[in-house]
Parts: sequence; C-alpha cells; structure tokens
Amino acid sequence: MNKPLRRVAIFCGLLVLALLIRVNWVQFVQGDELKNDPHNRRVAIERYSMPRGNIIVDGKPVTGSTTTDSGDFKYKRTYKNGKMWAPVTGYASQAFDANQLEKLNDGILSGTDDKLFFSRTVDMFTGGNKRGGNVVTTLDAKAQKAAFEGLGGNKGAVAAINPETGAILALASTPSYDPSKFAGNTDKDAEAYNALQKKNDPDEPMLNRALRQTYPPGSTFKVVTASAALENGLYDDVDAKTRSPLPYTLPDTHITLDNEGPIPCENASLRVALRYSCNTVFGKISADLGNKKMKAEAEKFGFNDPEIDTPVRAAESIYPTDNRPQNAMAGIGQASNRATPLQMAMVASAVANGGKLMKPYMVEQLEDKNLNAIQQHTPQVMSHPLSPENAQKIQDIMETVVKEGTGTNAQIPNVTVGGKTGTAQHGENNKDNPYAWFISYAKTAKGTPVAVAVVIEGSDTLRNDIAGGKLAAPVAKKVMEAVLESNK
Amino acid sequence: MSSTTNTTTIGTIGAPSRRNTELAMLVFAVLIPVFAYINVGLAKDGSVPAGVLGYALGVGLLAGVAHLVVRKWAPYADPLMLPIATLLNGLGLVFIWRLDQEPQITTKQLGGAMAPGQLMWSTLGVALFLAVLVFLKDHRVLQRYTYISMVVALALLIAPVFFPPRFGARIWITIPGVGGLQPGEFAKIIIAIFFAGYLMVKRDALALASRRFMGLYLPRGRDLGPILVIWALSLMILVFETDLGTSLLFFGLFVVMLYVATERTSWIVFGLLLSGGGAVAVATFESHVQVRVHNWLNPLELSNGGVTETAQAMYSFGSGGIMGSGLGQGYSRLIGGIAPKSDYILATVGEETGLAGLMGILLLYGLLIERGIRTALAARDPFGKLLAIGLSGAFALQVFVVAGGVTGLIPLTGMTMPFLAQGGSSVIANWALVAILLRISDTARRPAPAPAPSTDAEMTQVVRP
Repeated sequence: MNKPLRRVAIFCGLLVLALLIRVNWVQFVQGDELKNDPHNRRVAIERYSMPRGNIIVDGKPVTGSTTTDSGDFKYKRTYKNGKMWAPVTGYASQAFDANQLEKLNDGILSGTDDKLFFSRTVDMFTGGNKRGGNVVTTLDAKAQKAAFEGLGGNKGAVAAINPETGAILALASTPSYDPSKFAGNTDKDAEAYNALQKKNDPDEPMLNRALRQTYPPGSTFKVVTASAALENGLYDDVDAKTRSPLPYTLPDTHITLDNEGPIPCENASLRVALRYSCNTVFGKISADLGNKKMKAEAEKFGFNDPEIDTPVRAAESIYPTDNRPQNAMAGIGQASNRATPLQMAMVASAVANGGKLMKPYMVEQLEDKNLNAIQQHTPQVMSHPLSPENAQKIQDIMETVVKEGTGTNAQIPNVTVGGKTGTAQHGENNKDNPYAWFISYAKTAKGTPVAVAVVIEGSDTLRNDIAGGKLAAPVAKKVMEAVLESNK
Repeated sequence: MSSTTNTTTIGTIGAPSRRNTELAMLVFAVLIPVFAYINVGLAKDGSVPAGVLGYALGVGLLAGVAHLVVRKWAPYADPLMLPIATLLNGLGLVFIWRLDQEPQITTKQLGGAMAPGQLMWSTLGVALFLAVLVFLKDHRVLQRYTYISMVVALALLIAPVFFPPRFGARIWITIPGVGGLQPGEFAKIIIAIFFAGYLMVKRDALALASRRFMGLYLPRGRDLGPILVIWALSLMILVFETDLGTSLLFFGLFVVMLYVATERTSWIVFGLLLSGGGAVAVATFESHVQVRVHNWLNPLELSNGGVTETAQAMYSFGSGGIMGSGLGQGYSRLIGGIAPKSDYILATVGEETGLAGLMGILLLYGLLIERGIRTALAARDPFGKLLAIGLSGAFALQVFVVAGGVTGLIPLTGMTMPFLAQGGSSVIANWALVAILLRISDTARRPAPAPAPSTDAEMTQVVRP
C-alpha cells in the first residue's frame, strides 16, 4: 500500500503548497492594493489616528483637528471659515473619504507618507507626539475673502493667479459648503453630506466651479482670438484698420453675425474692436485664420489639456475641431469652446506676463510637523502663447478696454489694469440666464502681481454684453485690490 | 541454558524513542505562545498581562502531563506531533484572547470573552488525548467496532439536520445549557475508523474484480455500491446541511482511503467525476452555496453598500503584508461578530503576524500532516495504515478547505481551523485524532519483541562438537 500512500503524501503536499502560494498572492502581490483600498476601513482609521496636519494660507492654518469619541476614530477634521476655503481644501471626512488637497496630500497630512520617514523615525526614538505634516498653499487670504464676498449670493467662481509664477492666489466658488459639517462619522454628518449632493441640491454646492466647471467663455475669448491674429501675422498693428465688413455673414452660411447695438465695428482696428467687443471683427478673424490655427493658439494658452494639475486637476477646457461657421463663432466664445475660470485666468496671466504662461499651482511646500520643508515648488513655464512684443500689444488694447471701454468698472486709481468683459449666452436661443465674465490683470511699477477671471452665472436682469462689466468686473477689481494691498 | 539472548536479533537495537526530542520541542511549543501572550499585552496596554503566569503554568502543565503520559504509554510515538499540536493550540488561545481584548466583538450578545472557555475545551481535549493513549493499548482494537462506527458516524452526520441552522449552515447540534456542538468534527474520526475496517476486508474484491476499459480498471457494478452510497450521503450533507466543506471532507476522505486500499487510480478518476458533478448540480439550485460561490468570485463586492465579511478578511490579509502589523495591533475585528475568533481566525494571523507568520502556521499544519502520513507509511498492519492515512487525509483536507476558503482560494465553508480556531468540538476531536495517530505511530516504531529462544537452535548447538 506504500505506493499510493506516497502519492497521497504528494497530493497533501500540493494542497499545502497551493495554500502557501495563495497567501503569498493575497498578502504580497495584492497586499498594497488591498491595504489601500478605499473600502478598507484601516485607511480611515490610520488617517484619523493622530492629529491631522494643516492646510496653511498666509502662515495661518485654515484647518484644524479635534478629538472625537466616535468609535474607531480618534481625531476629526475641523475647518475655519470652511465655506470660503472649501474650493481649496476640499474635505476630509471620516465617513466619506476625502477630496482635493485633503486627498492628494493625505499621506503628508495624516503622517503616513514615505517622505515623512525620517521624521517618523526620529519620533520613534525621541517619543515626540505624533501628528501629520502641513501643506502650505500659495493662496492669499485677503484675495480669497474679496473673491468669496464679492460673489456673495450669486452662483459663480473666481480664479486669481500670480502671472509671474503661476501661484494661485484666490479660488472661490459659490454656493459653497462647509466641510466641517460632515467631517465626522455620525448620522448627522451623513445627513449633511446627502443634503449637499446634486440630487438633493440642484445648485451643486460641492461643485468646485473655479476648477471643475467649464463655461462658454463669451467675449473674454476675444483676447485669445486677437492673440492668434497677431501671432499668425494676420494683423500687425493694433491700431490699423482690419478688413471687417458690417454686416458680416458667417462663412458657408447666410446667417449674419450681429454686434451688441450700434457700435463702430466696420473695419475697426483691434483696439477699437476689443474696446467695444465687436463680434463681427473677431468672428471674421477666427474664420480667416481657420480652425487649425485658432485651435493651436488656444492650446498654447492651455485649452485641450486634460491634465492641468494644480495639483487638484482642473476640468479640461475645450477648443474643438469644428466646421467654418462654428469656428467663426468660437472666435467670439459662443460656439462649442468651453473654459474653466482657471483657464481664463491663465489667458489673462499669459498676456500680463509678457506672453509667457506659467504653470498654475497652489501648493508652495510640504512640510513635516516640525515645519521642515520636505518638498518645495519651483515655478515652471508651461508655454509661450505670445511673443513679448505681441503680448505688449494685447496688454495695450486690454488696458484700453478698462480705461474707456466695457471694463471701466475695474479701474483702480494709480494702477494699470487691463481686462476684457464677456457675456456668454446660455441655453437654447439664449433662454437661460447668461454668464457674466470678466478677466483682467493689474500692473504696478514693481511688476504684475495678479491676473484674475470671474464668472457669475444667472445674472437675470442683464442680457447684453454690459453684464460682464457690471457684475463681474467689480468682483475682479476687489480681488486685484486685495492682492495689491498684500503686496505693498 | 547458558544463553537466553539471541545472536540474530538485529531489531532490538531499533529506533530510539525520541522522547527527549519531544520534550525539547515542547519547551518551545509552550514558550512561543507565552511570548506571544506577553507581546499582545504590551501592544494593547503597554504592560505584561496579569494572566501570563497562569497561562504559562496552565499550558505548561497540560503539555508536561501529556508528555509524561506519552513517555509512559506510547514511548515510541512520533516526537513532533504533540509539540506541533500544543503550539497550534497555544497560539490559538493567544489569538482568541487577543480578540477578546476588542470590546466591539466581545459584547454580551456575542458571548463575551471566549479564551477562558477555549482553555477549558483545550483541557478537555488534552484529557481525551490522555485517555485515548492510556486506554487504547492497540489501535487494532478499533477494528472490532467497524460497523458500530458506521452507525455512530451516520447518526452524527445526520443529527444536525434536526437542529436549526447557525451562521447559514446546518452543521451544529444545539444542546440547551451547553451550547453548540459540531458533530462533523467527531464524525470525521469515527468514519475513518469505519472506512479503514471496511476497506481492509473488502479491498481485494474492490481491487481485483474489475474490467479494463480505456486504460482504466473499472470496478464491477456491485462493487460500486459503497462508493455510490457515500457519494449520495455527502451530497445529502451538502443539500440538507448546506455545507460544502463537510461534504467535500467526507467524500475526499473516502476516495483517498479507497485509493490507498485498492491501489487503483480509476477510483480517483471516478471520485473526482462524481464529486465535481455533484457539487455543480447542487450549486445550481442551492442558494446558500450560490451565495458562497458568488462571494468567492467577487470578494470585494459591496453588499447593500456595506463591506462583506469576505472583503474584510481580504483587507485583513492585505493590510498585514509581509511582516504583519504586530500582535494586538491589527483590525481584524472589523470582520465583525465572533467570526474573527472562529472561521476567520487565519485573517488575524495573517494581519498581525503577516505573510511570514501565516506561512509559518501553514507549514506547521503541513508538518503535522506529513508526520501523520509518515506514520501510515511506517505502520505494519493494513488497518493501521488505512486509519493513519484516513485521519491525516481528513486533517489535510480540513486545513485546505478552511484556509483555502478564508484566503479566497475556494468558496468559504463552515468548518474551522483545527486547534487554532475557537470551538470546543473542534479542539477536542482533533486532540483525539492526534492521540490515535500517536498510538499507531508508537506501534509502528516499537521495536519488534525479542523472539523467544528457538529450541531448534539450541538443539543444533548441542550437537556441535
């Protein structure tokens, strides 16, 4: 009977071997994946096992941490003025995971990141109290406050950038939400969270409009069209007459493109056309250049880039491949091209920075709990949408817009401001409330510290192109003033 | 006459008893769980737990008494089985005690702390182990009870059908006041005795009277009877008790013993076809089995928005990684209920001692199985061989079915890890199993008694000049 016994022995050996292989598979090969699975509660337990590091603005934390007695979790996230800062911080909830900076820098904030290895090792020997590292942002508290309060009860968003570095100074979105309302793990937190979801609140307070929502850019896009005209040599002199008939018929169609009221647009120079926001002039420029060149210029400004990571990823702004009449309409921002507020702030900042677009970012440095820097951001050039000379020309005509055109509401005494208004139609046959846009930058003797884009949804009363100047420009002005104030 | 010793007895030098090896190993088997116990206390409260002395003395005493009894009543028994069983049982107690420290899964509704109860069951188990060694002088005695064993085994297997299901499977007998009993654990030993006795008598008929067909020896129709009866029985277990593990264990045990007894590969082929077909057939209409299979194929799937036990176990293993979180520092309690102490105890082992610890535990089981099979090889009588392979095979299948189920290699079943998991029936039955294996191995390794002096030989000497 010994031969079958030996075979059974081999069979039993194979059974044990199969188990050994399986546990290696589960614990070694799949180990990390299972360990970090979002449904694995250990992730949240670890995240809240020590005081969470803070998100810092202007040297002061906008977040905090407090102890709780809710079962597995020792600490809970708190927020200071959460509604104002939510588009920057995102949320960190015991029950609902985390997003934005809270999620992307979770390793640093919860103290588990490998970059904190040294600090953790030191703690192990010195017995220092455990806590996470900090995330230092580039934001400007005054500018953020101006933006948030400027938007007030309106639905809208503001993005402000330092054109010289790409540092994001303000990032506001309204209506907003307070992330401390659902930071915990109780039924009340769940209720608060559910009430904020789109199905329960059509205003989508948790949508970060500054980064994650795209809008038709309207007339603010004419800055890009003008840049394309100069860069492609269609026109050289912003004060020379353009070849612009009035009325202008869209190519391949019998549809005439209208201007807002009786403005002097026939053969108007670029300066005059931008000052009065002539649809006919910029529509024709776009048609003359063609879809390929318009798209190429838009892409240099950051359109069609799905990976603009600030590090929170911005939604992709679109300039599509399109037929000739649609492309002509895209030149005035009224076709299927769409942009995030951040994207339009990037357009203004590239113009203001002499044609050089800096990559937008909002995390200046990551530091451990003892405030030693672990990682420092260095400004990066993203692209060169304009030559310095052409950038100078566009600045010149954008400053005319603020000095004596549609953007006079953004004037700041003793400061050079360049801007462009926009009112984007919305809905079929323009039946929904339009979007009021304003993009601008402010220049002083010391440099160009700020470029800003403001969009306000649903301005019911104003339907013509003045809406941008009336509603959005004052907000942009306050944000620019706040930045100038902090730079003094 | 002048010489009573015999010049031809080479056998008397024989195998050494190895009792001192066993004693040395036992010291480790007691010390390792004691250190584990201290480790848990230090990790949970930062101090050496108060009960450590009592625990060390208790386990040490059990191991010591067991060793002395083996030394006296089974001096030539295998030296590794007792230390391995002691180590696994000791570690099991530490893991259960460690999980008792988690208030969430040690509430009154869930039965409170379970380590004291488990210690009591372990003591009973060791007592049964001692009783078997003392009173069962020769394993061949069991052969007399072949058909009684059959009746008892059948009764034990069928009994749970008349009791309400627990945790989705009818493998329990509920005795008011005492609690639940898993008769399957005892049935596995008794049925091995029946098979061994039955097959020893019938093996020639089963092996030789067969027809050759496509390279295989097919048994005669009437010899198919017994295997078909056992097959039907195991399917009935699957249908009425809704437990795949028990069913697989009994059918697998029978096929293995049949193969060893007859040396005919055709039985294996036959057995695999029958069990595969039966399992698939039952799985198509039995919802409980379907749920298990579904969970097995989709371990991380949410059920009603919640994380399932299966997923929690997988997270435990994954979070343990290679080195583990350290004893007392894992979160296997997230599996919920008393499952982490019983069915899912391996998840705690995997999370807190890591891949390293889990592989160590699996290798201990492997080693115990190997010693059992070695005993079967060494046994001199066919009944002993069959019984030893039956018991080791059942043990191996149980380890595979449980560990495979918990780690997601095969669908989960309702059995528990021998020695490690919480559960009285299991620990008592497995101590008895080890005792029988030790008895067989003692008989196998015992030197042959010195032959009586041959009168013929003396006669020859006398005529020598």
